[in-house]
Amino acid sequence: MIVDRLARALDDRLRLSPVARRALAKVFPDHWSFMLGEIALYSLVALILTGVYLTFFFDASSADRVYRGGYAPLDGATTSAAYASTVRLSWDVRAGLLIRQTHHWAALVFVAAIAVHLTRIFFTGAFRKPRELNWLVGVTMLTLALANGFTGYSMPDDLLSGMGLRIIVSVVESIPLVGAWLAALALGGEFPSEEMIPRLFVTHVLLVPAALVALVSLHLGVIVRQKHSQFPGPGRTEHNVVGSRLWPSYALRSLALFAWVLAVLFALGGLVQINPVWLYGPFEPAQSTSPAQPDWYVAWGDGALRLFPPWEFRIAGHLVPAPFLPGVVLGGLTFLALYAWPFVERLCTRDRLPHQLLDRPRDHPVRLAIGVAVLTFFAVLVVAAGDDILARLLRVPVYDLLNTFRVLVFVLPVLSGALAFLAARALRRGDAAGPGELTRADLRAARRPAPRRKAVDAPERPARDRPGERVEMWTEDGVWRWRYRDEPRRSVITGNQALRSEDEAASAARLAYPGVDQVVVPGPPPPPPPGPLRTALRRWGRAAAAGSLLVGIVLDWRRNRRRPAQDRATGEGAAPRPESRDEAPTGGGPT
Amino acid sequence: MTGRQRAEGEGQVVAVRADRPPSPTGSGASRGIVAAFLVSAAGAVGFAAAYGLGGGTRWEGVGLAVAFAGLAVGLALWGRHLAPGGGYVEEHEGFAPAPDEQALTAAALTAPDSPVRRRGLLAALGLALTALGAAALFPLRSLLPRPGARPVRALGETPWGPGVRLVDDNGRPLRPRDVPADTLVAVFPEGDAGAGDAPAFAVRLEPARFSRPPAGGHLDGLAAWSLLCTHAGCPVRLYLKGTGRILCPCHQSSFDLLAGARPVAGPAARALPGLPIEVGPDGFLRATGDFTAPPGAGFWDTP
Repeated sequence: MIVDRLARALDDRLRLSPVARRALAKVFPDHWSFMLGEIALYSLVALILTGVYLTFFFDASSADRVYRGGYAPLDGATTSAAYASTVRLSWDVRAGLLIRQTHHWAALVFVAAIAVHLTRIFFTGAFRKPRELNWLVGVTMLTLALANGFTGYSMPDDLLSGMGLRIIVSVVESIPLVGAWLAALALGGEFPSEEMIPRLFVTHVLLVPAALVALVSLHLGVIVRQKHSQFPGPGRTEHNVVGSRLWPSYALRSLALFAWVLAVLFALGGLVQINPVWLYGPFEPAQSTSPAQPDWYVAWGDGALRLFPPWEFRIAGHLVPAPFLPGVVLGGLTFLALYAWPFVERLCTRDRLPHQLLDRPRDHPVRLAIGVAVLTFFAVLVVAAGDDILARLLRVPVYDLLNTFRVLVFVLPVLSGALAFLAARALRRGDAAGPGELTRADLRAARRPAPRRKAVDAPERPARDRPGERVEMWTEDGVWRWRYRDEPRRSVITGNQALRSEDEAASAARLAYPGVDQVVVPGPPPPPPPGPLRTALRRWGRAAAAGSLLVGIVLDWRRNRRRPAQDRATGEGAAPRPESRDEAPTGGGPT
Repeated sequence: MTGRQRAEGEGQVVAVRADRPPSPTGSGASRGIVAAFLVSAAGAVGFAAAYGLGGGTRWEGVGLAVAFAGLAVGLALWGRHLAPGGGYVEEHEGFAPAPDEQALTAAALTAPDSPVRRRGLLAALGLALTALGAAALFPLRSLLPRPGARPVRALGETPWGPGVRLVDDNGRPLRPRDVPADTLVAVFPEGDAGAGDAPAFAVRLEPARFSRPPAGGHLDGLAAWSLLCTHAGCPVRLYLKGTGRILCPCHQSSFDLLAGARPVAGPAARALPGLPIEVGPDGFLRATGDFTAPPGAGFWDTP
């Protein structure tokens, strides 16, 4: 009732209903993997909310400051203001540690969700035309997320983060010709400089988040414009999207996911300690901690630095230091390959058609094999970044582990890629439903070269005379609705919105199911009118509510007039809000 | 066969079979939803109470987690049981270019009165914008340390120099006897203890065991080297007593001090720079010059 009036009032002023009707009826595919990007989005919201809280307490300065507070071992010690304020935030600000740890966990989850979302997009071919633009935006957001994760990790000026920052600075310095200049440009001096922490801070809370929010808006705007892709299935074509409507089902589910993300992040932030900077101590250039591990999303770079052999070479007498190849070149190639993939694949497959239907990963054995191999490669690097801890756990000399990883980092990707390739081919040719049902015979058959298949990208032709397939249209309360019915496959899919005329319904259905016959069917019977008792009750209820509201207002006004000094008007006389719960059940399909 | 027909006289329309119809047990679902939201409210109250009592990170976290989890369960049940999900279809016009539309847009862009048609002007505008863009990069120069300071020279130079005394991490000058045998002592240049590239260490080893003399020379087995790993600049502080080897905790580069501090394992490729030392007339250790090579990670102009 109230919502209804509010909506009408707004519409009278802004005429939003044409847009709003389409927006509320927007259809989202029901597959769970479409929620991965949302986890990233909601982690970003959590990051921004907790981050704003943290900025109230963090002092982004390298100046000396004496810490006084609850953490006894540091009480009275002189450290940088950044470190002292971080320890104060953790120990002496109520809920400070909770918010700080939640922020850090949210960053880890954010990057993880982006990475998993990216692999989903990759393996299902969702980056193909027309979605290359959003792939580029997404990869850019991944780089920004990594950058912001690292600057945030480095800001507290604790010993571990200082060592991490020094490593990154060394990697930047290793770039031929311009490395030292780039490092000086970023730090405003030689590491560790006075300018360093303010610059990290401005980058972390202003530059990168602003860019991220802008790109997220672009990402979502493009999705709304292009609509979602979807997995193949009954009634799903290149010309439609099948799933749940935004309002009410998807909105509720998405909000539930938001709440789940927050619940998990706060549970982690409250219960699982992360980055206890007070234990590491303040950064000092001559101190180091062991073990020294970065956050997981930079661990692949650290693992590469560890595994790379001690090779340095000179170009015309100039040194190219050891971190250049595993740091700069590997990182650069990784992102170059990510940016270029949609175009490289299009070049190789010569598939220039737009795609709204996704591939199952098995549909493209080569793509699957490359993806699995690359993921394995990076997984080995991440594990290798913990080789000192593994050595301690397994009681094995660390250099034996190092050499093992140096072999594994090349062998495992080849093995896993080949296995993925064979499994995909076997799944595609055989009759196994999933990887668990594959038999040895299936795999053996997959080793034989593929028989000639029809071109993958033959344009989809509209169905012609497919028996048992039709579009039904009917009127209901003065609006037209339609649905698609596939009798042999026993599937019925309803058009997502009510339309004003038969023509509108017909053309919408023709867009979604080109070439399918359309029939007009009688609509459902109108709902029975409410009985006389219910009508009377409702009318009387409304009158009573309005009357008591009026009485309340009058009483309130009179009391205020009698006691003008007492300016606090209590709402005692206010009646319960007039509300009728039993709206006539309209809409939502025939019953 | 595309066409519309009237299907008069068709029977009653059967119920739409959505993928997931609203549950008939609506009342049971509503009870669950209400319970979930009540749990959520209890979690929020718990968080407020934990905060008010100064009750620590754990209880605050649990309170908020319960509050949001209750909200999540309630909303999810609501969406699952009381809202029609699945089974809807939205038409998709696709993105195949409509040739006439494209032609109209192109015509609108390049109409006779369009500024785009003036080629020379466009080129001049492009030149101006390029120049302005390049000029806008100039203020980046202000982010560099200070005018005239070459970063490469800064990386190669440290506060060490002839006559600079070695002090320990408390700022006390060191005599040779202050460095015990086979123990690593971190040393800093007097007056510049905080410099990032200055940290060094002194260690006393058996002179007979040197297979290669330390780059900075030694005083009866007492030698000093840069503390920064030549791979990525981390302080190499893990000393394995008796072996003469030190290890970097960041990437496990290992250096053999008995062989001129050359790297023996891990990714480091260059020996640790030595620090030439002598005993001054006052009996304290002091440097006779800067490191024998730029300390820390390498860079393009590393000699």
